[in-house]
Amino acid sequence: MTSSALALGDVLAANGEGFEAPGLGEFYPEVIANFSVLGVDFEITRITLILWIATLALVAFLYLASRNAKIVPGKLQFVGETGYSLVRDGIARDVVGPRGLPFAPFLASLFFFILANNLMAIIPLAQISPMSKFAFPLVLAAICWVLYIYIGIREQGAGRYFKDILFLPGVPKPMYILVTPIEILQNFVVRPFTLAVRLFANMFAGHMLLVVFSLGAVYLFQVGNYSVVFGPVSALMAIVMTFFELLVIFLQAYVFTVLMGTYLNGSIEAEH
Amino acid sequence: MLIWAAEEEHNPLLPPLGEIIIGLIAFAIVLFVMFKFVAPQFEKAFVARRDAIEGGIERAEAMQAEAKAALEQYRAQLAEARTEAAQIRDAARAEGQQIIEELRAQAQEESARILARGEEQLASSRQQVVNELRGQIGTLAVDLAGRVVGESLADDARRSGTVDRFLDDLDGMTAASSDGRGGSSVYVPQDAR
Repeated sequence: MTSSALALGDVLAANGEGFEAPGLGEFYPEVIANFSVLGVDFEITRITLILWIATLALVAFLYLASRNAKIVPGKLQFVGETGYSLVRDGIARDVVGPRGLPFAPFLASLFFFILANNLMAIIPLAQISPMSKFAFPLVLAAICWVLYIYIGIREQGAGRYFKDILFLPGVPKPMYILVTPIEILQNFVVRPFTLAVRLFANMFAGHMLLVVFSLGAVYLFQVGNYSVVFGPVSALMAIVMTFFELLVIFLQAYVFTVLMGTYLNGSIEAEH
Repeated sequence: MLIWAAEEEHNPLLPPLGEIIIGLIAFAIVLFVMFKFVAPQFEKAFVARRDAIEGGIERAEAMQAEAKAALEQYRAQLAEARTEAAQIRDAARAEGQQIIEELRAQAQEESARILARGEEQLASSRQQVVNELRGQIGTLAVDLAGRVVGESLADDARRSGTVDRFLDDLDGMTAASSDGRGGSSVYVPQDAR
């Protein structure tokens, strides 16, 4: 039983109590299994299952698409290659820079992982993206955060890398009072946080929009007065928003990857 | 309503550790597959594709160069053949000229030989006639003289050799008076060339 279905039940059961808008409960479906390993509690919910389905489907797709990669690609290989080339050429080479190609597999993993999980937001029966759980974008952002700092230290040396961040070259000395705290905040807090929150909030809001319009349509159809007229409007909006969600799904996967590309670029090339 | 009660505990920005670990594992699997299988395969395909395209261009260029070389060679051969033909023609003309010269010389020689042989024959038949006449003239003269005298002088004449002597004298006289004029027994070849 999904949380949306529970909410649907609430909506259908609401007799004269008015429309019960779906809330945070959407993202905390009932726990299917519950276990603890080394003191860490694991709660398996349908969102966890969706994450694994998306991940395994992605892995299977990537494996099948790249297995026996030929000079003249088949349909599956073409799709996989197009996605991989988009990241490899469009981000790793053009955004990260001439030395960015070794990062292509990482960036492609990021792109494909986010895309596959996001797509679950509009796939029937799943219809929620694991990325609307803050834990998963946070994991990706944290990995990115560690990676671009590590690459910065490796490429420029720790002293140079941190000095350039603390004391931005080409800035008048008195301005450091203002600029240095901003730069520290920017590089070590804001970047990973915005990276995670942007993706999370987009998928979270997208899901809420779809649920509200869908449940609203059901409510308006069954409430039994003149509101029935507005039912189709709500249903239409749910469909329109689904297509909008599709756009957001691709856009957020791409934006996350491109931003990570620019951060890597800043770490590899001595900036300013 | 139960859901609302449960929600009080949830803060969407504070995820449980379990979810973070699950997310890490899922992404690690994708990373592993990408680094281990997908990226190398795609990169291999890209390299192979680039090689195929560049190789195709190179092959086309090589083929063009080869065709050009073949054309040059053909032209050179054609020119060579032309000069050779001209040489052969010239040689043939020269040879023909030579053959004509030779034939002409041969013909002249032949005609000269035929001429010489004819003259020789003429001379020998003349000598023969002369010799024959010499014998007959002797007997005729003796017979004639015998008939004029009335008795046979043949035995006397034979005995004394008068006729022969007379004829020899006659021969000697003609040889002395006109050298080679009447006596064409000796052929002197006139070398015209």
